[in-house]
Amino acid sequence: MSVNLTLLIVMGALYACGIYLILERSLTRVLLGLMLLANATNLLILATGGYAGLAPLFTKDTPAQDYNDPLPQALILTSIVISFAVTAFMLGIIYRTWVLARQDEIQDDMEDRRVAATPSFDAEDDAEVPAETSEFPLTMLGTDGRDVSNHAGSGTGEDRETDRPVATVLAGGREMPAEHAAAEEQPGSLNVDPHPEGGGQ
Amino acid sequence: MNIASLAPLAVVLPILGAALTFLLIRHSRAQRAVSIAVLSLTLALECLLLASAWNSGTAAVTIGGWLPPWGIVMVVDQFSSLMLVVSSAISLAVLVYATGQGMADGDHDAPVSIFHPTYLILVAGVSNAFLSGDLFNLYVGFEILLTASYVLMTLGGTGPRIRAGVTYVVVSVVSSVLFLIAIAMVYGATGTVNMADLAIKLGELDQGTRTLLHVMLLVAFGIKAAVFPLSFWLPDSYPTAPAPVTAVFAGLLTKVGVYAMVRTETLLFPGDTLNTPLMVVALLTMVVGILGALAQSDIKRLLSFTLVSHIGYMVFGLAMSSAVGLAAAVFYVAHHITIQTSLFLVTGLIERRGGSSSVDRLGGLAKLSPMLALLFFIPAMNLAGIPPFSGFLGKVGLIQAGIELGTPLAYALVIGGVVTSLLTLLAVARVWNRAFWRRPTDAEHPDPVLLATPSARISGPGAKLNTVTLLPRTMVGSTAGLVVLGVALTVFAGPLFGLSDRAARDMLDRAPYIQSVLGSDVQIPAPAGAGGTR
Repeated sequence: MSVNLTLLIVMGALYACGIYLILERSLTRVLLGLMLLANATNLLILATGGYAGLAPLFTKDTPAQDYNDPLPQALILTSIVISFAVTAFMLGIIYRTWVLARQDEIQDDMEDRRVAATPSFDAEDDAEVPAETSEFPLTMLGTDGRDVSNHAGSGTGEDRETDRPVATVLAGGREMPAEHAAAEEQPGSLNVDPHPEGGGQ
Repeated sequence: MNIASLAPLAVVLPILGAALTFLLIRHSRAQRAVSIAVLSLTLALECLLLASAWNSGTAAVTIGGWLPPWGIVMVVDQFSSLMLVVSSAISLAVLVYATGQGMADGDHDAPVSIFHPTYLILVAGVSNAFLSGDLFNLYVGFEILLTASYVLMTLGGTGPRIRAGVTYVVVSVVSSVLFLIAIAMVYGATGTVNMADLAIKLGELDQGTRTLLHVMLLVAFGIKAAVFPLSFWLPDSYPTAPAPVTAVFAGLLTKVGVYAMVRTETLLFPGDTLNTPLMVVALLTMVVGILGALAQSDIKRLLSFTLVSHIGYMVFGLAMSSAVGLAAAVFYVAHHITIQTSLFLVTGLIERRGGSSSVDRLGGLAKLSPMLALLFFIPAMNLAGIPPFSGFLGKVGLIQAGIELGTPLAYALVIGGVVTSLLTLLAVARVWNRAFWRRPTDAEHPDPVLLATPSARISGPGAKLNTVTLLPRTMVGSTAGLVVLGVALTVFAGPLFGLSDRAARDMLDRAPYIQSVLGSDVQIPAPAGAGGTR
């Protein structure tokens, strides 16, 4: 059985160029690369059909082994249609990228960059908490033996609380700073009123 | 007439529905009605298929009467019909959610009326991939669902979606080309693409060729299933899509890849030598995926990483190629489709209610909307594998199978699975603590909607006209439906595990599948290279 060497060499060249092109950053080149890869694969499928024979149109006096294998050609036809659709869609996307960003390049994922640049220290998880942060505070002793309270503030709380006179409320039979009190008891609490749920009321 | 011969309708109905909704593109109300009706009908049909597969076992349908191995066949067995039912159920829930969103935001004239036809095409592609008994038809199914997913991914054509869509399209096309190359090589080596026929003929090839074909197919499916070194594209591209689209992608598309991997491992290359690499890959997928999730602050991205991570559990169950492991994997796939989809839907609701999907900017949602908190809490605990939920049961099954296998690598995977489960709990607990538990004022730049006092809200008769409904009933209702389905998987875990067990035994046996396609007088060859792990 003879092998169609030209076909194989062309296929190899198409694969090589296609892989080179999809490694580029320019979208148009990536698209060209994908088209080359798809066509190289079509040639590969053609090659699996064996050597060339007669067209597979049945006539009575032709022995079966003289026909060409029709299945790979059917597969190629399907694959051509699919790659046509994908190419059209890619062209649409590339045009849209050009309209939006005036560039033909693959862009970085900003959120990914942001996460990568975020330090591993997380204020909420990792900061030493100088105060009881629960809604139901207890008076606590810090590691240095002094009283600590919410009012010492931490992280985002600090700038909010320092420049404000301490409001007090009557809670549990004694006066306590408003921040210490449970949310329901705080003056002007945001959370007192039950919030209507859903349904567009 | 046999019920299983209705199987092609599971593909045809959504395609017809797509055509009809495309014609109705100017009538959004009719479009919604048609697509919901079509999907309900498909779901009912697939329940019948499942019942028939349960009662009378595997059945094959020859399309157009062309006999296998020449014609195309569709095979209904317990695994594929279970996948069909679960996938259609969640597609229906997501569709209701999406129509609710569309109605609430009033998109009557928006260009996204293309959503319904595309969505139905996606469902048709998924059904085709599940039913296909032919390697090339499987490829066509993949392409149908991928092409639809390209459109859905870039819906609206905004900058971030186009950027994410480019990555997604290029990666998908490359994986499809790899799959096509593998098909060409399989055809070149055996002269057939019928999977039952291949199951016999691949065993006659020499070991080197078999391994090459096996690896190529696994790499192609591994990209689609987002298995670790090939999972880079998923967290990049999924989160930017609209919430319902992300939800259905997360639930279905990767699982179609897992499904194809299961078929490759059990039917085409049984008892083969790639179990060890697969187990290593499963371990890395679990651990690396969940570590990625811990670094994220955006809930959608975090969930995308947990999605990658939990694919590792399924590959773990598959790689053990024992009946117990495979049954646990089948159960886990059904569980994970439901849970991951409901979590993404809830995230969509969180984004609507709280104005952001970043945990840094959210707070106090538990108090603002206890319903939302409940809807998040149940699937989140389920995902993390807290008893008694189905996530726990699936993981117990996998761990049991791993201990039964007893190799050092299996023990490493068992430990990795437990660690991943705990880290998942940590990841979802962080979301819970920040978005739901803390005071809104503690968040960084909280959205005003979180801080608005109830008295400041517009009231009076005109209020309803001016405000966008934050949590429309249809969206909350469909999400709640999925959450209930997830709980139902827990309640009916016994029968479901029984079904998974039978599906796994049939798949490992191979005879039901091959004989239903090629006739009952076919000799089933013993798996070549079998030794040890089976």
